[in-house]
Amino acid sequence: MSISLLLYGLVAICATAMVITRTAAVHALLYMVVALLALACVFDTLGAPFAALLEVIVYAGAIMVLFVFVVMMLNIGSPAEQREKSWLSGGIWVVPSLLALGLLVTLLIGLRSGAVPAIVQGAAPIGPREVGLALYGPYILTVELSSFLLLAGLVSAFHIGRRIGGAGIAPLHPDGVHVGVNEHRGVDR
Amino acid sequence: MLGIIRTIWLSFLHLFHKNVTVQYPEVKPYLSPRYRGRIVLTRDPNGEERCVACNLCAAACPVDCISLQKGEREGRWYPEFFQINFSRCIFCGFCEEACPTYAIQLTPDFEMSEYVRQNLVYEKKDLLISGPGKVPGYSFYNISGLAIPGKDKGEAEHEAPPVDTHSLMP
Amino acid sequence: MVWWWAIIVILGTVFGVLAVAALSTMLERRLLGFFQDRPGPNRVGPFGLLQVAADAIKMLFKQDWIPPFADKPVFFIAPIIGFLAVLISFAMIPITPSWSVAGHLNVGLLWVFGMMGLHVYSVVLGGWSSNNKFALLGAMRATAQMISYEVFMGLSLLGVVMTAGSFALSDIVEAQKHVWFVIPQCLGAVVFFIAGIAETHRLPFDLPEGENELGAGYHTEYSSMKFGMFFLAEYAGMALIASLVTALYLGGWSGPILPPVVWFVVKAFLLLCFFILLRTALPRPRYDQLMAFGWKVLLPLSLLNTLVTGAVLLLRAGA
Repeated sequence: MSISLLLYGLVAICATAMVITRTAAVHALLYMVVALLALACVFDTLGAPFAALLEVIVYAGAIMVLFVFVVMMLNIGSPAEQREKSWLSGGIWVVPSLLALGLLVTLLIGLRSGAVPAIVQGAAPIGPREVGLALYGPYILTVELSSFLLLAGLVSAFHIGRRIGGAGIAPLHPDGVHVGVNEHRGVDR
Repeated sequence: MLGIIRTIWLSFLHLFHKNVTVQYPEVKPYLSPRYRGRIVLTRDPNGEERCVACNLCAAACPVDCISLQKGEREGRWYPEFFQINFSRCIFCGFCEEACPTYAIQLTPDFEMSEYVRQNLVYEKKDLLISGPGKVPGYSFYNISGLAIPGKDKGEAEHEAPPVDTHSLMP
Repeated sequence: MVWWWAIIVILGTVFGVLAVAALSTMLERRLLGFFQDRPGPNRVGPFGLLQVAADAIKMLFKQDWIPPFADKPVFFIAPIIGFLAVLISFAMIPITPSWSVAGHLNVGLLWVFGMMGLHVYSVVLGGWSSNNKFALLGAMRATAQMISYEVFMGLSLLGVVMTAGSFALSDIVEAQKHVWFVIPQCLGAVVFFIAGIAETHRLPFDLPEGENELGAGYHTEYSSMKFGMFFLAEYAGMALIASLVTALYLGGWSGPILPPVVWFVVKAFLLLCFFILLRTALPRPRYDQLMAFGWKVLLPLSLLNTLVTGAVLLLRAGA
């Protein structure tokens, strides 16, 4: 169990490193999907299958798809890749690396001092029933707050996406379809 | 909504309908005798070629797929060669209509596929059949007034003997 | 489960799914023929059954061409993702009480949904990496369609999950001992089935392919076995939806007299035939009609279904 856990963790870390270093946006996003899947595997190994599958469904299956969708609509071609390559060189690494190092040190100290509870080996896996009971029991306030947040997000999305009729601001497109497929996507890669 | 369900139901009922497809190589479709298929050259009841190489078929052909050369033997015209290029032929039947001797005829046969295009050019030996085709008993020379060996002027069917213009008898 | 039995079950499921996917291409062509008053392919082998083999040989020996303007690694991996996602989903399907790879897993349904979420990638990446505007348009449609219909699919299932009290498919089948869920959950079943058609982008919801507008949609640039994988994934997806509907709404393996596996196979087979009937009967809707139908009809219906089921369950628990 611990070996597979380490393996998943390693995959997650490698994939995350690739996310940072890739210059092609879609490749980076795909590595991010791999990292999320590895994280889901970690969750499952730790005894939280429900959380693992929510990770797969929500993050890998929905949110990252939308990311990929947007990136492919934007048609980030080779000029952007060149620009990213120029960004990823030289001293630009120093500050983020130092910050990440600080985080790592804090995490290690925390783990050493036992502030984070150790993983209980062999405990019963936490299935959907337990998660549901916890969410609608002690954590009900959090659930309600996040539902408020989602509702606000929904309302603002409706506001942004509403059809502007009459002589106001020009609508995006007569059928309400975003332009940008034929215009932005050439075979210039 | 109801329309969608009705459509699905009607399509389902087609499962129990009879197939309309004819299983072609095993089941041949009926072709009428006047079907315009492969072109043949026929012979008269005596076994001679009917074609008199008049070139009317070649002139009538809208796609110019017929070519022939006239030859002459014992007073009878015949084609020295007779080619039909079936890769051009549109099976319109104009040649059959144009033919004054019923020599060229279209038959109810369309299975003439070839792998090599050159093989679609039929020569006289490919075209000539041994029988009289759709018009049995007809022989052009037996009806026409032309004299050929074995049949002099006035000896054809329904033909009066030639008038002797030098005679004073009515 | 003994380890050798587990291996047999896994291999049997994998090859069974492959065989079903291959044979359902044949089934589809024959049935479409019958629905259109013609026999369909009947030349190769007895009843044309070897047509499957002929197609497979043709597919394998076609030139495997990767367009020079394509994003090669992504282009290569896209069909594999799609195929594997569908194949892995089958692990959760309980065909009989003893024959299922992981039908008792307590998050089985969620697993299937996760794999469906990953299946979207195959279409999106296939369309994007082809670097072809038709493929991209197909991928764009596929993304929106599959993500939205996954929502209704999940919501329509909530009624079943609430009634059975479990995400495990084998528990759900067990819960249908007395009455199949298709009767109390008829609304959910219809929504689930429609969403399933859209999720596998089968006709009439095959807008990602839309051959008269987009060439072949997201797999326009694919050839040979890469196309074959998309093709197999589509048919395996069809079989997956049929099996899911069977397990969730039609009582799975339960039925009188005959052995359980026969019942499961017969139910799934009839659903597969219904898929094909829908293909022959219904025209493809326009893209905005599809999305409007989803968000304005299916979403309220599935929410209503969830609400009513929840209310009934609460009343019954209170009584």
